[in-house]
Amino acid sequence: MGVGSAAAMSVERCRQQRDKGGALWNNVSTVEFTFAMPSTTLATLHPGEFATIVSIHAEEALHQRLLALGFRSGKQIELIRKASFSGPLQVRIGTTDVLLRRSEAAKITVCKV
Amino acid sequence: MKRIALLGMPNTGKSTLFNRMTGGAARVGNWPGITVELLSGKILLGGDMVEIIDLPGIYDLHGFSDDEQVVRHFLHDNVPDLALVIINATQIERQMSLLLQLKQLNINLVVLLNMADEAKKYGISIDGRKMSELLGMPIFLLSGKYGTGYPEALHAIAKALRYPTPGMAEQLRSQLEQDVHIEAEMARILKHAVQVPAQLPENLTEKLDRVMLHPWLGLPIFFAIMYLLFQAIFLLGQPLQGWVGEALGWLRESVLDSAFAGLPGWLSGLLLDGVYNGFATVAAFVPLIVLFFLFMAMVEDSGYLSRAAFLMDALMARLGLDGRGFVMLLMGFGCNVPALMGTRVMRSRAMRLLTMLVIPFSLCSARLQVFVFITAALFSPKAAPAVLFSLYLFSFAAAILTALLFKGRFRNSEPFVLELPPYRFPTAYQIAMRGWMEIQHFLRRATKFIIAGVVLVWLLTNLPPSAAPASPDTLAGMIGGFMQPVFAPLGINEQLTIALIFGFVAKEIVIGALAVIYGLSGTALSGALGQQLDWVQAYSFMLFTLIYTPCLSAIATLRSESKNMRFTLFAIGWSLALAWLASLAFYQGARALGY
Repeated sequence: MGVGSAAAMSVERCRQQRDKGGALWNNVSTVEFTFAMPSTTLATLHPGEFATIVSIHAEEALHQRLLALGFRSGKQIELIRKASFSGPLQVRIGTTDVLLRRSEAAKITVCKV
Repeated sequence: MKRIALLGMPNTGKSTLFNRMTGGAARVGNWPGITVELLSGKILLGGDMVEIIDLPGIYDLHGFSDDEQVVRHFLHDNVPDLALVIINATQIERQMSLLLQLKQLNINLVVLLNMADEAKKYGISIDGRKMSELLGMPIFLLSGKYGTGYPEALHAIAKALRYPTPGMAEQLRSQLEQDVHIEAEMARILKHAVQVPAQLPENLTEKLDRVMLHPWLGLPIFFAIMYLLFQAIFLLGQPLQGWVGEALGWLRESVLDSAFAGLPGWLSGLLLDGVYNGFATVAAFVPLIVLFFLFMAMVEDSGYLSRAAFLMDALMARLGLDGRGFVMLLMGFGCNVPALMGTRVMRSRAMRLLTMLVIPFSLCSARLQVFVFITAALFSPKAAPAVLFSLYLFSFAAAILTALLFKGRFRNSEPFVLELPPYRFPTAYQIAMRGWMEIQHFLRRATKFIIAGVVLVWLLTNLPPSAAPASPDTLAGMIGGFMQPVFAPLGINEQLTIALIFGFVAKEIVIGALAVIYGLSGTALSGALGQQLDWVQAYSFMLFTLIYTPCLSAIATLRSESKNMRFTLFAIGWSLALAWLASLAFYQGARALGY
């Protein structure tokens, strides 16, 4: 299998997950995330790009804080800018702007829109 | 007495509302987590006295940071008769989760959708009545900043207080974890009552941020803003300080000297040369301090601090700190004490301690007074602002060096996740309020420390009575002489040594003490200092003053916040050692270069 088709596979998985993620809002009780991780994380987005949050792989405390700030599966997120010298990212979810480091952003799996 | 608690997420305007309700003086600013203490005030509401408590903002009720625990414990131990939930209307989508968590606790609730003015600008429309129906609780849209919608809300609060609290459930935590149910209910209410435009209209904040947070212009702009601010404070504040000093000197010559002429020599000496001279020299700085805090309030309220955290986080991460630590350093420019308390928002104890270790190097407004006085006395008007700015750079350098040296001992992996609020312009009232608070704070310190300090200095420089005032035979002369082996290599003479010893208590005393030691005030004191010291000695003295320790209050705060005596002693010991080494290196280096 070539590199190109592997990437295509991952995009397809990502789409499925996005649809599942979207379903969370309509039918809360039935959703379980058992899919493999697609390759994209929030840290790899470029400024101006939109994505949908697929899953958050953070420890308990950080997870809670992210939830409270509006990070949830299925939500759309925009990368506004990146600070220079590998500094933090500015992202927007709904009407909230949040700063977070690249290391934290790498724990958030997204699917590009 | 009935009790009302103000609850909400960080930076939703709880303290602004608290101030409006109680006429109180809670510190407000556009920075999530500016309130870390419980504040309470009493007001007359609907014929009864009611206690209002301003709680720190929390993201959720089962959070892990110190401030979230404070709120949880408070709710456990003091069930309020009414919880006033403040929600930022522009972020209603996500802030509603906290409201629903609180609803499950079965407390009596009234909801205030704050920043209604801002939400309208964003094009967010909220149907308050519909939402109130769906939630089954009173909801009001208002602007805490401008006061619109406030009277109606107050009326409803008085009404809601008449009904008893349904009673708070014991198993708080387990209830709070029903997030799934909360999500579903949230989606239902939002769908029916709130409309948010899919894409926010481009606003002023975004336009400003495109420049202020520019990848390579952002940092130079930050430093330019800082430099201009300090220039402005110096250029505007220094003449003001001169005028007030002259007025106070005139008051002494024309009124007090003759009024006190009948008193015995020692008593009029104590009152005029001691208390009045010392106090007048310090009081002359009131306009400078007010000016400083007016600028500070504008920066804090504008939301630029969070931008500074964004710009500086990359550097701070390499020092084992984060962008919030940098903001605490900036806040420390006002006063180190609230900055030390502000570290409560950090969850990792190691990072919190490391941040508390570096904050005392932040050049606070009390130290600014000393430096303004001495730079004006020893340097040309052209060079003085640059000298002052160089001391700010040394302040950062001391903090950076300390963090670099000790980051290994305070290793941490605290995540950095911070909300970025939009730019907001403080109202004139908010700025004036802040200035007034700082005058009060200054006068409290003045009466507590400064007068006692200058009286003690006067006694030390005039006892025993047989010795000539301020001569080596006085108590002060003996202490100064005893310390000379330590301070002589730094170019710091006996008189300055005495001032430094008292400066340990509060930096405001330093100039007051010098006024008493030299028996002069205002411009006469500057003249005497200018004749006795050269600029190398003066700069060495300022370096030592900058680094050695902020004041007794800051030390007490270090102790109470760290709850660790060993850490506190270590912080004091390290800053004394660093101060001595830095002054030594500067003084001997400058002398070796022939200055």
